[in-house]
Amino acid sequence: MTSRLSAITWNTFREAVRDRVLYNLVLFVLLLVASAPLFSQISIGLEKLMLVNVGLSSISLFGVIIAIFVGIGLVSKEIEKKTLYTILSRPVRRWEFIVGKYLGLLLTLVVNTALMTVGFYLALLIFINGLKRADAMLLVAVYFIVLQFMMMVAITLLFSTFSTPIFSAIFAFALYVIGTFGEDLKNFAAMSHGATKWLAMGASYIMPNFASLNVIAQAAHEQNVGSGLIFSNTVYALLYSLAVTVAAVMIFERRNLK
Amino acid sequence: MNHGRKVTVVCSVLVVALFAGSIMSRRKVEDIRGRQATLEEVLYLPSGKTVKRLSLGYYSLLADVYWTRAVQYFGSRHIRGSERYELLGPLLEITTDLDPHLIVAYETGSIFLSQRVPEGAGQPDKAAALVEKGIRANPAYWRLYFTLGFIHYVDRHDYKAAREAFQKGSERPGALPWMKIMAARMAEKADDPNMAGYLWKTIHDTTTDKSIKESAATHLLSLRADSDMDELERRTQAYQQKFGRYPEEWSDLVRAGLLRGVPVDPKGAPYKLRLDGTVRVADPKLFPYIERHGGK
Repeated sequence: MTSRLSAITWNTFREAVRDRVLYNLVLFVLLLVASAPLFSQISIGLEKLMLVNVGLSSISLFGVIIAIFVGIGLVSKEIEKKTLYTILSRPVRRWEFIVGKYLGLLLTLVVNTALMTVGFYLALLIFINGLKRADAMLLVAVYFIVLQFMMMVAITLLFSTFSTPIFSAIFAFALYVIGTFGEDLKNFAAMSHGATKWLAMGASYIMPNFASLNVIAQAAHEQNVGSGLIFSNTVYALLYSLAVTVAAVMIFERRNLK
Repeated sequence: MNHGRKVTVVCSVLVVALFAGSIMSRRKVEDIRGRQATLEEVLYLPSGKTVKRLSLGYYSLLADVYWTRAVQYFGSRHIRGSERYELLGPLLEITTDLDPHLIVAYETGSIFLSQRVPEGAGQPDKAAALVEKGIRANPAYWRLYFTLGFIHYVDRHDYKAAREAFQKGSERPGALPWMKIMAARMAEKADDPNMAGYLWKTIHDTTTDKSIKESAATHLLSLRADSDMDELERRTQAYQQKFGRYPEEWSDLVRAGLLRGVPVDPKGAPYKLRLDGTVRVADPKLFPYIERHGGK
């Protein structure tokens, strides 16, 4: 089982890396990070703040774009090229295919993020003249961004198991936007009454909460992020991603591929 | 049970269990971050204008989000009787930077800001500045002049500025005639308590915000109690001049023909008569805006 899973994971990763769009995006992010000092010339005294905000926001945004646009084709591409039938005719279970695809895309994003983070720290080193201890906190922000990707890949994969690529992209992007305002939805529920309250509360728990995973502003202001929050966010992202991936497996297991 | 059904059952159970776990962990995250975490992000924003540039043209929608956040913030603090509203000003600033024509943010937001704590943020200067910003962006909207005059009169006690605001507002197209009356009365008798009553009555009758309506009603009751107590103290003074001592109970005034019966406050409780002839309400908590009779 492990070898089958790792084979699908590795193949998904290689396929994504072969895709030139990925390189373009990484290059684009690096360009953005490099252009941050230009922005900072307009805002006096905000060089580092601008660099951190632009750098981390770019890592997050482009990672989400990759998660959505690569994720929507994970299943449909295999069906379109008929390669799925070849894979499933071997002793590979459907759930192994889904989980392998999930891990493959996540691995792609982790490697991608790692490269962007290296570029980001290099930019800090060059333009801000050195790093200090508080800059390690930026890694927490990057880690939270990876947790966000973990959830986004699961969401995109879920949609790709039953919908067309274009609709999967729309649904996944919509959920990303809703998740960004996840805490607003919860606050709205808290202020509502009657049936609206329960509906909004239910929706706020089913929808992903990306607001708590966004600590870019705190990191930019060198604010500490507690270990309790790191742990709880990790557990939350893991459980949510698992729940959505299991739902994707359930749909894919029931899907008629003939 | 066939394979497909078995998979569905196992997966369904797993999905429910994992979602339940994720909800529990999310609640833990919320406990750690605090309910106001999203709102506190406003402190890190450089300015509303920067947010507007970053909103990719969706600034009107974002203004609605920030206005909702301001209302939620104020509402949650108000319910808890909090005395600190430090995020209210920045939230309103960003809201109105994003959409300078969002009138409700100036009208209602400024009342949230200007009222004294714990009813509001107790920042009348910031409230006046917010409304002035609204007037600059919406010079034809005369009601903003009324709100400005109201804040100058009630919370800043700057009667000259209040008169100017009412006067300017009355000159705007479509302004109701009472704006002129308001300006004239302000010039004649600025410290008349009836004027405050009139202003609060206007707010009460025109606002669509429930909390402001309730607050206006409480202000009106407090003003009525203040006015009642002024009158009752005039009568105890009259009694003192006639008999050389203050009345010990209300029945003394009734017997002297100065009162018809035991006077009651707007909530229906009898007023308290003190030995020095002064009068107080039975429960001052019900009348938080009393100014002259044991008020702040």
